Amino acid sequence: MTFEYADAPESTSVVTVKSNYRHFINGEFSAGTAGEFATINPATEEHLAHVAQGSTQDVDRAVSAAREAFTKWSAMSGSERGKYLFRIARIIQERSRELAVLETLNNGKPIRETRDVDIPLVAAHFFHYAGWADKLEYAGMGPNPAPLGVAGQVIPWNFPLLMLSWKIAPALAAGNTVVLKPAETTPLTALLFAEICQQADLPPGVVNIVTGDGSTGKALIEHSGIDKVAFTGSTEVGRQIAQAVAGTHKKVTLELGGKAANIVFDDAPVDQAIEGVVNGIFFNQGHVCCAGSRLLVQESMYDNFMELLYARVNTLRLGNPLDKNTDIGAINSAAQLAKIKELSIAGDEDGATRWTATCELPAKGFWFAPTIFTEVSQSHRIAREEIFGPVLSVMTFRTPDEAIEKANNSPFGLSAGIWTEKGSRILQVASSLRAGVVWANTFNKFDPTSPFGGYKESGYGREGGRHGLEPYLKVGA
Amino acid sequence: MSTSHNNDTSVSGTFEVPDLTSNAAMTKFLFGLPGVDKVGLEERAASLGTRSIKNSAKAEGIDLAISMIDLTTLEGMDTRGKVRSLCAKACRPDPMDATVPQVAAVCVYGDMVGHAKEALGNAPINVAAVATAFPSGRASRRVKLMDVQDAVSLGADEIDMVIDRGAWHEGRYLDVFEEIVAVKEVCGDAHLKVILETGELKTYDNVRRASWLAMLAGADFIKTSTGKIAPAATPAVTLLMLQAVRDFHRQTGTVIGMKPAGGIRTTKDAMKYLVLVKETLGDRWLTPDLFRFGASSLLNDLLMQRQKLSTGAYSGPDYVTVD
Repeated sequence: MTFEYADAPESTSVVTVKSNYRHFINGEFSAGTAGEFATINPATEEHLAHVAQGSTQDVDRAVSAAREAFTKWSAMSGSERGKYLFRIARIIQERSRELAVLETLNNGKPIRETRDVDIPLVAAHFFHYAGWADKLEYAGMGPNPAPLGVAGQVIPWNFPLLMLSWKIAPALAAGNTVVLKPAETTPLTALLFAEICQQADLPPGVVNIVTGDGSTGKALIEHSGIDKVAFTGSTEVGRQIAQAVAGTHKKVTLELGGKAANIVFDDAPVDQAIEGVVNGIFFNQGHVCCAGSRLLVQESMYDNFMELLYARVNTLRLGNPLDKNTDIGAINSAAQLAKIKELSIAGDEDGATRWTATCELPAKGFWFAPTIFTEVSQSHRIAREEIFGPVLSVMTFRTPDEAIEKANNSPFGLSAGIWTEKGSRILQVASSLRAGVVWANTFNKFDPTSPFGGYKESGYGREGGRHGLEPYLKVGA
Repeated sequence: MSTSHNNDTSVSGTFEVPDLTSNAAMTKFLFGLPGVDKVGLEERAASLGTRSIKNSAKAEGIDLAISMIDLTTLEGMDTRGKVRSLCAKACRPDPMDATVPQVAAVCVYGDMVGHAKEALGNAPINVAAVATAFPSGRASRRVKLMDVQDAVSLGADEIDMVIDRGAWHEGRYLDVFEEIVAVKEVCGDAHLKVILETGELKTYDNVRRASWLAMLAGADFIKTSTGKIAPAATPAVTLLMLQAVRDFHRQTGTVIGMKPAGGIRTTKDAMKYLVLVKETLGDRWLTPDLFRFGASSLLNDLLMQRQKLSTGAYSGPDYVTVD
């Protein structure tokens, strides 16, 4: 007798993809002045919709709307603002299936992930900050914390709606208004979120969404009418933003790249460490800034660990992101796929050994099979540069000091993982790692109560929790 | 996709058999096994529980699950009549549909083995007997071995023994081990399933250690529970034991079976367990020779779901037999 999983596709009938999407400015959808661009489904390369390309004038209109709305929104009592945020959070839960399907269509990530991780976290973020709206005085940031004004927010394509929630929820709770630019390749859920703002009767202008490419983002960041810049994305673009706002009154938070070390000691809970390593690098196709892209394994257990790891990675199911049994979805864009391929070839050329999972890749769409490089040295490009794909670089260590030294030997410092059954080792190693988030015996866990952010080239400022309010408040004013 | 090591040439390394003659050495070996992180283990089990098993997968899974059932009655009020009707059900689970596979075995107390053998006749269905002072295991070794001997001489094909949890919690691992070895000897050709009673071992570390101890002692199957203690089988504890079976096979080349028992009542539950097996051990283990469900009410739910798949409508509990 056999037992093979049958196709289990999630129905797309719950969501209506429109043929055209426009900017959301001052509570209404309105056409842009600079034409439009196409957005596709990266798993099939099928056309999904046309989306407005944001011009300088469009950005200007959005910032003006936000400025005007700020007067009333910031004067509103915290408990009233909280009501709107609670309402938005509830509607997100009610429409979660619709949001999950649309996110999967536009991003290529598996429905299992949007359904079980992304959208529940989005709602949780709004619930969390809804609760803060009337308690700002008790956030430990002085007696009368005041909002900054208008926040210009630019977000990436790897977690489109989740990054939107990380940006918008704390900004609104603190009394700011926002202009947000979603990533060029994944604008659709942000525009569905705009509909939710209408449904929640959010006052016009409090949330404005302008779609477009990098030039739209640049126009927003450089606009003199904003008071705060929040950016999540590459270190390269982060640097340009820091330069652009230098010398202005704008407050900045940057959440940039990473090259996290996942450190597995020989006394680790092995099966759970395997899961953590797999989740660390193959979750969301490795399109995660805090991905555990460097595996540091203690030499004494290396052979056994790698044997288990290869076997486990071969069970990952790659394919149609809408299938409920799919573990690995599509790479988000042709450009990103090219970058992953380029860095993987660099891995080969630098002398590392490539292992590829045995899964078949679909004929259409952007795909990259789970890949593991062994015999990687600290000096290899794949050990230093962020690949942002399903590619793991494996290195070994002999002692805890060596593990810490190698983990810290990176321009980045966003996250790290420690696997050991020994509690004292967790505490000692965690306190020596220069990384904003350190997970112990788990990885890639996100919670709205927990601050998130980087050291070194991974950026500055914290998002999430009480700490995530600070970038949106005039502290001690 | 396959994790299964389809032949024993995939066995890695050379397994160093631990010193099995001193309690100190046995303890050292067991405590050298990797620890288990509770949160991570339960998370993985829950995540595999979200696999969507529909249409042809469900049809295959239902028939597979039926063929893996140890149809069980273990009550103080068991009678010959009860055992006879259980055996009839085992041979012909659905009187209206001859395409339904037969179950793997019936599982009864030792004194019912003869009656079960007689009722099953020539049907290719095994008789499993619980033994060793089931369920508590609180009797002298002499009595436990006589219990096993009795069931074997009545014709039991399989013996489901319990480990001595008292000795376990006293740290007398060698005693637990030697008792399994002694039972195995008395079993002769009968297959030995070793019940760990995970609900009394309490920690996952204990479950991994007890799994290894039982496999080293000669268990053909390791089994979660008696069904008399809560919690009985859970997806997490089953996943852990499947991982132990996998590691044992990787290291020694020996193939061991696994039987979760107790608390598995619905088709949905059964499908989750099949997913655990498939994704931990591979398709090779998806056979009644290597995986069993210890259950009584599960069969009727599988039959109702099977009828639903073939007719498109739920029939209801009066269309499956109560035995």
